[in-house]
Amino acid sequence: MKVRVDQQKCQGHNRCYSLAPELFDVDDYGTAKELNDGVVPPELADKARLAVANCPEYAIELTED
Amino acid sequence: MAGIHPPVTDWANDFDHTDPVWAADPYPIWADIRSSGCPVAHSERYGGVWLPTSHDDISAIAYDTDHFTSQSVVVSEGRPMMPAPQGIAPPISSDPPFHHGARRLLLPAFSPKAVAVLEPFTREYCNELLDAVDGKDVIDAAVDYAQHIPVRVIAKMLGFPPEDADTFRMFVHNALEGVDLPVEKRVENFGLLDEYLRAQVDDHIANPRDDLTTFLLNAEMDGQPLNAEHVGGTIALLLIAGIDTTWSAIGASLWHLAKTPADRERLASEPALMPFAVEEFLRAYAPVTMARLVKDDFEFNGCPMKANEWVLLPFPAANRDPEVFENPDEVVIDRVENRHAAFGLGIHRCAGSNLARMEMQVAIEVWMDRFGDRFTLANPDAVTWSGGQVRGPRQLPIALS
Repeated sequence: MKVRVDQQKCQGHNRCYSLAPELFDVDDYGTAKELNDGVVPPELADKARLAVANCPEYAIELTED
Repeated sequence: MAGIHPPVTDWANDFDHTDPVWAADPYPIWADIRSSGCPVAHSERYGGVWLPTSHDDISAIAYDTDHFTSQSVVVSEGRPMMPAPQGIAPPISSDPPFHHGARRLLLPAFSPKAVAVLEPFTREYCNELLDAVDGKDVIDAAVDYAQHIPVRVIAKMLGFPPEDADTFRMFVHNALEGVDLPVEKRVENFGLLDEYLRAQVDDHIANPRDDLTTFLLNAEMDGQPLNAEHVGGTIALLLIAGIDTTWSAIGASLWHLAKTPADRERLASEPALMPFAVEEFLRAYAPVTMARLVKDDFEFNGCPMKANEWVLLPFPAANRDPEVFENPDEVVIDRVENRHAAFGLGIHRCAGSNLARMEMQVAIEVWMDRFGDRFTLANPDAVTWSGGQVRGPRQLPIALS
């Protein structure tokens, strides 16, 4: 499973960062970026889905293996 | 001072967001319009106002900076005097491309990491507020508690005297709730704010210090210092925008918990739910409705919008759209999927959202730590709500046991 933040869509709500800081970081301007090339370890799969389901801008793409 | 608009009798064709019926309970109004087959209502008041009610329409307009300007975001009888793209209070009043730089200047001061530094101060202050009413049987969660918290934090960030809190709240009231007043009175009210800010800015020029006011005075955009209107407008924005919005969100959350024993008990026994509960309170009781002006005549989804008409953006209505949220009128404090738009959508996403969340979470935590589940509404009929574009409890008597 992988996650990817579309930085054109991201407006810095920081929902992904607060729900899954293991998978996302944000810069000083609030723009989110996936960590570790977006690779989601199996134990964090639920957190990844949670982050996707809470992005107000629909900016996170999740791809299942 | 009384407003100048008659009571609303036809919500589909003559709505008014300052009407007391809207303030008391706007959700059925939005639901009726949304399901009416004509989900964008129009009113001739204020020189023409449109009211989209679906998440789709509200987000489409929020994203469309080509046809809609942010030059003024508070609906009133007047029209903005400061030209686009800077507007009167950058960056909220700014359009692209100016908006981008004006916003980037501010964002680092409101990033999650910067806001975390303010948390201990906020927690200590919330505790002080509750210490001050210790031993009372009934306290007003809006008057004694919620209204003070964001004022104190933003005064600290701007380097303004905390003892001027009542003055700040008067400015907020004038700017956001005084919209039903004649234009001359509104201009006079803004003059008072301008005069106050000028004195604060002069003091910071004479005595620079480590705060946002001095930061803005020294800031540059595209290699140039900010013009005086930009500095003054941004300070006014920071002072006004965070106060009654956050106060409303904290108040509405405590109101919900005070009237809902099951949620109160659950949150008291499962504090780990707090971040989810905060997002659900933001969704269900989002305080802020934004606005745009139509740039040029333009047809939006079959609606013939005319240049210089207002468009309200009721993000609280978007948050209750059944197309996006399951059981939208139900408050589910552990709601898992929650893409709420309480802080807006698109390039004008509330710059202070991380600060507002921190203040909300701390305020509710300190309250719950103190009272557990031992609080209820003292008198549901005594609760009053602000009208206009920022909705929240203004009187909220709560009985403690």
